[in-house]
Amino acid sequence: MLELCDLTVRFGKEGSANAVEEISLKIEDREKVFLIGETGSGKSVLLMAILGMLPDSAVITGRAVLDGRDILNLPEKEMRRIRGTKIAYIPQGSGEGMNPLLRAGYQIGEPRVIHQKERMAQAIRAAAGQLERFGLKKEVLRQYPHTLSGGMKQRSLIVMGVMEQAPVLFADEPTKGLDPARILQIVDCFAKLKEQTLLCVTHDLRFAQAAAEKICVLYASQAVEYSEKEEFFKKPLHPYSQAILQALPENGLQVSEGFAPPREDADAQKGCHYRRRCRFCSEKCEEKPPMFEVGTRKVRCWLYAHRS
Amino acid sequence: MLIEVENLRKRYGRGTPYVIDGVSFSIECGETVGIMGESGSGKSTIGQILAGLYPATGGSIRFRGKELKIPYKKELRSKIQILFQHPEVSFNPRMKLEESLCEPYLLKKKPCDRTEFLSYMKRFGIYEEHVKRYPAELSGGELQRMALARAMLMEPECLILDEPTSMLDMVSQAQMIRLLEQLQAETGVAYLFISHDRELCRKFCSRIHQLEQGRFTQTWTRAAGNELQKDLQAAGNELQK
Repeated sequence: MLELCDLTVRFGKEGSANAVEEISLKIEDREKVFLIGETGSGKSVLLMAILGMLPDSAVITGRAVLDGRDILNLPEKEMRRIRGTKIAYIPQGSGEGMNPLLRAGYQIGEPRVIHQKERMAQAIRAAAGQLERFGLKKEVLRQYPHTLSGGMKQRSLIVMGVMEQAPVLFADEPTKGLDPARILQIVDCFAKLKEQTLLCVTHDLRFAQAAAEKICVLYASQAVEYSEKEEFFKKPLHPYSQAILQALPENGLQVSEGFAPPREDADAQKGCHYRRRCRFCSEKCEEKPPMFEVGTRKVRCWLYAHRS
Repeated sequence: MLIEVENLRKRYGRGTPYVIDGVSFSIECGETVGIMGESGSGKSTIGQILAGLYPATGGSIRFRGKELKIPYKKELRSKIQILFQHPEVSFNPRMKLEESLCEPYLLKKKPCDRTEFLSYMKRFGIYEEHVKRYPAELSGGELQRMALARAMLMEPECLILDEPTSMLDMVSQAQMIRLLEQLQAETGVAYLFISHDRELCRKFCSRIHQLEQGRFTQTWTRAAGNELQKDLQAAGNELQK
């Protein structure tokens, strides 16, 4: 189980805006949780903070407990062992995650060589088996990244992520820039990961609807809603969740809010972060709302204070 | 007719297959034409040829009846603008956004009055707090609106939109589409909308061409009652080529 308790990340001196603010999440084993939100809402920073891959300028507070152990303050040597064996990471960008100078097979096999001290030939043989599972041909192993399509590169990265059978898998925007046919391939890949816990970052709602079990919506560094997927898409609670669903082309591209000033500006991080764009904004919203529990769901909005 | 493209072909080097293989279409003033297709089908190549970023191997492109030759002449260059998929690479990361956004004034040799500039930017949801920053400090939606504002400063007659919303969240995408619709209604700018999102094309375009392996295989035209209907004749003509 992975549990985040009040995880907060800021860059720079005290008083500067938080990139991630007081995020608490409990992710059970083999659960597929999708973090959704706009660019800059803190989704990727959250993953990087848990993995200990942020630069030294990042100030991280709170806890990230993996199997009963807080991994946020572990020494780098130990963290390196966790990355790859306990938590695998599929980086953002279908192409940038691969070294253009090395054949795909070498890169896919490398995690086993590093962590399990296997020989490269043996690791590549293991990679061949995994490739077929994700609909890729063995020939991919001999190819360089520039000869692979976006979808093939992305699936190669997923194979790289599952090579070591790490129980937890982090994926950062695995469908960014891919067309619907390629996105379906990624959905299929994720459906095959039955034994792994998945924490996936995306801004693609249709992808989340197809592949997630739970949805956590992030807005301006805060988690604003955490729901089962079905409930979320049937009846989103938070005004921002409602806005993103209404804005889907199939729902008529409805826009219920105006443009907002930049997020970190002035007092944007005080009170409810969404208040400047919210159509339900009231005086109460100048005060920061806690996460209210509404049945099995959680929502950060004063509208639900009485139901909690 | 604003733009007429006839039998456009493109390949990268002799003996290599054509990535664009005999594509013809037209764009009228104030119209939105969509090109829809999978990754690698050649959508962006068509957009970039039209924007004059590189030459075609064969075929012709006419702008208001005059054949276009690369490199485009100065005036023409401003008439056809392009908006790229990745807003973060549209700006120089080492320049404050205000400097980047003021470049059209320099190109057009127009004086840049700051108050006027800021009130123009407000139209795109860009405030003074935005323009004082560097590109890395803003979200994708904000940057894409800035790229649009900068392109519109050139007073284009045709704007090529190369998957301008595929990197944005749903709210930013809807805001962007609404903004594009308003700008078109006000200025009469025509759009070539390149996307792989079928639903979005259906909502936004008056004509859609489906591109597969460098050829148009189907065309839909918006008929009376706002319904998109399959244009079998147009698709048939393309396939015969």
